[in-house]
Amino acid sequence: MSEYQEAIGRDDHQDGPAKGIRRWLFATNHKDIGTLYLVFSLIMFITGGLMAMIIRAELFQPGLQVVDPGFFNSMTTMHALIMVFGAVMPAFVGLANWMIPMMVGAPDMALPRLNNWSFWILPFAFAILLSTLFMEGGGPAAGWTMYPPLMLQTGDALPFVIFSIHLMGMSSIMGAINIIATILNMRAPGLHLMQMPLFVWTWLITAFLLIAVMPVLAGAVTMLLTDGFFGTSFFDAAGGGDPVLFQHIFWFFGHPEVYIMILPAFGVVSEIIPTFSRKPLFGYSTMVYATASIAFLSLIVWAHHMFTVGMPLAGELFFMYATMLIAVPTGVKVFNWVSTMWRGSMTFETPMLFALAFVVLFTIGGFSGVMLAITPADFQYHDTYFVVAHFHYVLVTGSIFAIMAGVYYWLPKWTGHQYPERLGKWHFWLSVIFVNVLFFPQHFLGLAGMPRRIPDYAVQFAEFNMISSIGAFCFGVTQLLFVVVIIRTVIGGKRAQARSWEGARGLEWLLPSPPPYHSFTTPPEIHPDAHPREIAHPAGP
Amino acid sequence: MLLALVAAPVWADWALNMPEGVTPISREVFRLHMIILTICALIGVGVFGAMIFSIVKHRKSRGAVAAHFHHSTRIEILWTTIPFLILVAMAIPATVTLLAMEDTIEADMTVKVTGYQWKWKYDYVEDGISFVSSITHPEALELAGIDPLATENFLLDVDNMLVLPLNTKVRFLITSDDVIHSWWVPDFGWKRDAIPGFINDAWTLIDEPGIYRGQCAELCGVGHGFMPIVVAVVEQEEYLAWVEEQAGAAAAVAAEAAREWILEELVAHGEQVYRIQCAVCHQAAGQGISGAFPALAGAPSATGPIEAHIDIVLNGRAGTAMQAFSALLNDTDIAAVITYERNAWGNDMGDAVQPREIAAKR
Repeated sequence: MSEYQEAIGRDDHQDGPAKGIRRWLFATNHKDIGTLYLVFSLIMFITGGLMAMIIRAELFQPGLQVVDPGFFNSMTTMHALIMVFGAVMPAFVGLANWMIPMMVGAPDMALPRLNNWSFWILPFAFAILLSTLFMEGGGPAAGWTMYPPLMLQTGDALPFVIFSIHLMGMSSIMGAINIIATILNMRAPGLHLMQMPLFVWTWLITAFLLIAVMPVLAGAVTMLLTDGFFGTSFFDAAGGGDPVLFQHIFWFFGHPEVYIMILPAFGVVSEIIPTFSRKPLFGYSTMVYATASIAFLSLIVWAHHMFTVGMPLAGELFFMYATMLIAVPTGVKVFNWVSTMWRGSMTFETPMLFALAFVVLFTIGGFSGVMLAITPADFQYHDTYFVVAHFHYVLVTGSIFAIMAGVYYWLPKWTGHQYPERLGKWHFWLSVIFVNVLFFPQHFLGLAGMPRRIPDYAVQFAEFNMISSIGAFCFGVTQLLFVVVIIRTVIGGKRAQARSWEGARGLEWLLPSPPPYHSFTTPPEIHPDAHPREIAHPAGP
Repeated sequence: MLLALVAAPVWADWALNMPEGVTPISREVFRLHMIILTICALIGVGVFGAMIFSIVKHRKSRGAVAAHFHHSTRIEILWTTIPFLILVAMAIPATVTLLAMEDTIEADMTVKVTGYQWKWKYDYVEDGISFVSSITHPEALELAGIDPLATENFLLDVDNMLVLPLNTKVRFLITSDDVIHSWWVPDFGWKRDAIPGFINDAWTLIDEPGIYRGQCAELCGVGHGFMPIVVAVVEQEEYLAWVEEQAGAAAAVAAEAAREWILEELVAHGEQVYRIQCAVCHQAAGQGISGAFPALAGAPSATGPIEAHIDIVLNGRAGTAMQAFSALLNDTDIAAVITYERNAWGNDMGDAVQPREIAAKR
């Protein structure tokens, strides 16, 4: 049988996908579940984005024009919770679901029914979270970091927020177990770990991080719950506790969390740049070790979010040094991406544009991160817009751009259609210009002394706030182009080839575009000792 | 929006960088900041320069043919060790500055700072001076409540400034009465969290006279953006004169609390206190915010037994955001604000609560 026919496999049941809503409600197919995650994440991205528009509308000028301070605080809180837990994380899980089985030559994920629950928990969790905006006392307004004692001043919403976070955590943990089980157990025979695409590696490492830290978040919010309702005083000095204890527990989760949000992005970019440079990824094994180092280091740096709480000197020094260290493996990755481009034969389709913008802009976010790591300087930066600028660079021009790059890159594979390239380029250029108009001035605001999480500001901060808000409105509107691109590509477009991009390499590109509902029911043949780029095409150009 | 764009030049402050500040520490921090920023900028120029060069030269449309190399152990070792060494070079001055910042012994004077929702209280430990510092324009918390351009030092002005002497090592003891706040004056070069139940310390030595403004730097509720910090740094003689004045002022306050007040006086004074201390939650017309802060207009708390009313204001209401004002307000202020609440907005109880009644209840 031809390699192609082996690849598409023989369907033992003729029915294919179920009809109507049953297909989605009871989905166990990794492609369908991937689609569910991605669509959900897009809806959450728009929801969180609207909240950001409200925030920037209020901050457009000095004075309170749009919302009262309490609602403003609930907007900043919900914006973050929704973007972190509803947009970025589910998007990466969606990409993982779609691509990992195909990339390792597996027919599906290891635990398909668990996969279904992992997804379906999320709409419930977010319905509960969003409903808190309508409860007595309003939605949570203590920041996504939920520090007590302030968090305990939340009204009726408190137990619902906590329950919602528990649900999200369960979804992530189950998903992570599934990913590890799939990668370790279901690779096509002969496919060694050091031959896997880097996207698979980054997800393998991310999954371990998720399992390590999501339970810690669950612990932290449960302690908030018992402090609030069951008379404990974990975070109350009067009862022998300490508010800072919450911060330690939260950030022990929180710092690895931000690496959970960026490692898969590194993986996506590591797939795209080699394809459009027509050259193998530079330093594959180093990239794997660097990712693992970053993951390990991420577990021992949490208190750099807490430099101002009054930590002992030894603690401040340790966390400063450990945090600075992360720049080393991260820098190695950046150098390796540039070396992949170097002396390649590049073309600049939309996925490549987003991937290159990622490298530049994420690096800028990394520089502000190095600055923040320096403890005595952090005393000036902490809780100012300098931090806001930093994390939006790494999360928006970092994670979100990588997600968009991945969507553009794999849409032809998923749908069988090429997306409209000109529209994609418009989306890219408008996005990259406006995202910088939006966030770059925030560095200046922070340095000039503007604190975070304030609904109004002193008049010397007015100019850059206005510029930032204009950038926000334009960036927000530009994302509608992304929605249009996706819808148009799903509906139709020029037919996409199995290998949708000339320089693409890997098992997933063996399959037709779109791939059959069940792919690799018979595992593909792996060429032993082949370089990762050549496992499917041993003598590929 | 168009009007705003036209009006923009009026504000005219395009500050790009951190202030150098007015303390030796703040200048060290500024220097450190500039060094790290410069190193990062240089690395950025190098990396982005290489990228731009590659994007221009190594493109297929120019006929570039892809090379095949995909690893080099030697170069990887190089670009692992060199960044590591650069980081070590950064860490050394950072460590030196941090060590200097942590040395709070041998201070010349101590000021205790207590964060409240949403004001600061300052206690001069050696001189026995104590006062509350609140924003002068709490209307800023209301939607369209104030015109920022018409308000001097908008969001950065308080009724009672912290006054400090020049060239004196001041030790700060920082804590909070309710939630976590953070005390920050950018010109001093540091901030420290105010944590309820714990005392943090920090020190500063200011060598330039002037007025320095800062803000709370930890989200603490609806008033987080409205609890500014203003510090006046003056020559030693002026400071000593101010200390004496405070002692005199304290005596005057005690005298006012001892005398009998008439209803009109209490209501007038109470309205001022209400505006600064209470309106942020209970609102200017006593209407409260449904679901968050109860109304006082026509409410049992303000029209029921006086004893209960005094108790709520002095001791707060456990399990709610209503804090105890016993430490924040003196007898006269509390008596006045209770009188105002009982007579305003149609409550019209006719009660006049005397300061000595409050003193008796403490």
